[in-house]
Amino acid sequence: MTYPATHHEDHFRAGHALGLDHLKVGMWLFLGSEVMFFGGLLAAFLHYKVNNPTPEAGLLDVGLVGVNTFVLLTSSFTVVSGLAGIQRGDPAAMNLYLLATIGLGVAFLGGQVYEFVSLFRHGITLSSSVFGSSFFTLTGFHGLHVLVGILWAASTFLRGMRGSYTRENHIGVELFGLYWHFVDIVWIVLFTIIYLI
Amino acid sequence: MERMRSLAARLRRPAPSWLRYFRWNTDHKVIGVQYIVTTFFFFLVGGSLAMLVRSELLQPGVDLLNGTEYNRVMTNHGSVMLFLWIIPVLAGFGNYIVPLMIGARDMAFPRLNALGYWLIPPAGLLMLASFFVGAAEAGWTAYVPLSIRAPDGQTLWAVSVILLGTSSIMSAVNFLTTIVTMRAEGLTIWRLPLFVWGIVATSVLSLTATPVLTAGLILVALDRVAGTQFFLVAGGGDPVLWQNLFWFYSHPAVYIMVLPAMGIISEVFPVFSRKPIFGYRMIALSSMAIAVLGLTVWAHHMFTSGMDPRLRVPYMVSSMVIAVPTGVKIFSWLATIWNGKLRFNTPMLFAMGFISQFLIGGLTGIFLAAIPIDLHVHDTYFVVAHLHFVLFGGSVSAVYAGLYYWYPKITGRMYDERLGHTHFWMNFVGTNLAYLPMFLVGLLGMPRRVADYDPSFTTLNQLASIGGFLLGASVLPFLWNAIISWLRGPVADANPWRALTLEWQTSSPPPENNFERLPVVTHGPYDYGEAAPRSPEPVPSPAAGE
Repeated sequence: MTYPATHHEDHFRAGHALGLDHLKVGMWLFLGSEVMFFGGLLAAFLHYKVNNPTPEAGLLDVGLVGVNTFVLLTSSFTVVSGLAGIQRGDPAAMNLYLLATIGLGVAFLGGQVYEFVSLFRHGITLSSSVFGSSFFTLTGFHGLHVLVGILWAASTFLRGMRGSYTRENHIGVELFGLYWHFVDIVWIVLFTIIYLI
Repeated sequence: MERMRSLAARLRRPAPSWLRYFRWNTDHKVIGVQYIVTTFFFFLVGGSLAMLVRSELLQPGVDLLNGTEYNRVMTNHGSVMLFLWIIPVLAGFGNYIVPLMIGARDMAFPRLNALGYWLIPPAGLLMLASFFVGAAEAGWTAYVPLSIRAPDGQTLWAVSVILLGTSSIMSAVNFLTTIVTMRAEGLTIWRLPLFVWGIVATSVLSLTATPVLTAGLILVALDRVAGTQFFLVAGGGDPVLWQNLFWFYSHPAVYIMVLPAMGIISEVFPVFSRKPIFGYRMIALSSMAIAVLGLTVWAHHMFTSGMDPRLRVPYMVSSMVIAVPTGVKIFSWLATIWNGKLRFNTPMLFAMGFISQFLIGGLTGIFLAAIPIDLHVHDTYFVVAHLHFVLFGGSVSAVYAGLYYWYPKITGRMYDERLGHTHFWMNFVGTNLAYLPMFLVGLLGMPRRVADYDPSFTTLNQLASIGGFLLGASVLPFLWNAIISWLRGPVADANPWRALTLEWQTSSPPPENNFERLPVVTHGPYDYGEAAPRSPEPVPSPAAGE
């Protein structure tokens, strides 16, 4: 953090007295607002799924997306392992797991692009029907969040390589982890609602 | 060593220049002033648009503006006033006052705070620039399919509102984090000033409701530019979905615009009555109750939309229940001033104006929540009158009360009381003259958002227009007072109102780090008439009422 050093010393004293880190509190609040954002998009999708069902939904490839879901779930495991690595003072393990997370995230996005392309081949697009509109908007915004997560992971990885994180000070890894798990959990909800029920 | 160097740098630094208000700056006090001044500029823009509306409505017939122009002026009047004035000006007060009130040196995320402010000027310019490409014309509610068919300016409008929503989510995260983690020692939650409680309740609403509007606006924008079918009936879309997404935000948004305003009022009444506030905990909890209930009432705006009639009753009931916590506040304020030693300085006058006008707005809100009355007056001037009594008679009065109340703290100088009184009376008479006739024309059946009207409504509309112009003129004594007093008003001491909250326990204006020594809190914010526990040496109890 680069606040002017003049008053940084006791800047957050009250926060520490409460035992809460302001960065984590802020992150949780931000994620709360993200829940409502996806809630809005999901409400639109569900509204049309229930009140205006179309046969196009039957063209979704549950098998492919199931594999993709497994890939994303695994990436949450690698994030946890990376955090555990730095917590026991092993930055090399953390870097390795972050790299794996980036790889799994890219694989998930690749799977999503593949899925989108095959749906386009069936004539399902943003403007083909309300199903196309709401499906691509909802999954597309989730994909964007994964992309942001990959970039964040890459920046965390680079900082890790430079030795910025230690056993005592690794809040940056934790914050990235919170975001990544959130994106993962959103996907579990989306997968269930879009593909399973 | 690091410390020595920064101390030396501080000593070498010249006195802060006024240019800092025009630059990126992470000091919450600078950001607060940036918010307040910028949004006041947009208030003048929105007010000028209102003057155009009232000029058009001076007489029946389409004379000054044609129908389309009228729609554009009316749409941008509403959007500017709500999104660029009343929501961000309250965030501006929050920025300046909350860290001082809780005894902190700054907000928890100073750079995020600056970013939140700097989203506002470009968003405002984007909204106003839409006049060059065919301005937004679907009302501030942007109902589909109107907002899909409107010219390109409607897209700029949507982008602008998304940016402003993002700014408001950033402040909400920042306020809540600051209040949770940075309170001074001894400042327990039941010692928080009620303005801080208002900001907490508003921030909770901003976090829950604003992202849903963002999602809805993205869908509208996609329908306009990417060919999606969300709201196009021909493609299987559903216009009522937009109304649901919009009002899920925009009804709570009314509380976003009112809860901090009520917080300001809760500060002013005890200070100018020299009495502890009545029902402190109930006022604090009623803010939270309004925030929670406020999320459950949105469909009362949609009784005529063709929604399932069985759903109307629960929405009517939940809307009316909100009158209970609101009533708790109003009666607590009345009990606070009852038998107090009242001082009628300008902030107190505006607080009195707030209570009487907000009461009219609130009571007519109960009328509108009743299904049969709503079906009758839906989309008439009755709704316009109700909304303006709540937001102009209510929120704007409170903003003025806050501007006068904290003026000596922010500027270090005292405003002119005589000009303040002139401003209040022009504003008070103007508000009632402008909006009371609207209830009557609304009941008589005059629809809102139309440039023309039946000649039988002429007299009432002329009264409303005269009131409107008076409101426009009432800004002049305020502006003159604000500018001239800042330049050469009498120097104000640290605590001219003899208030107990922490922002007054430091110099006016506060030093860069807010407090020479971080305060330790040992009592509640409104403990007037009890032994002054703040001073280190024991002081005898003052007489009751002092």
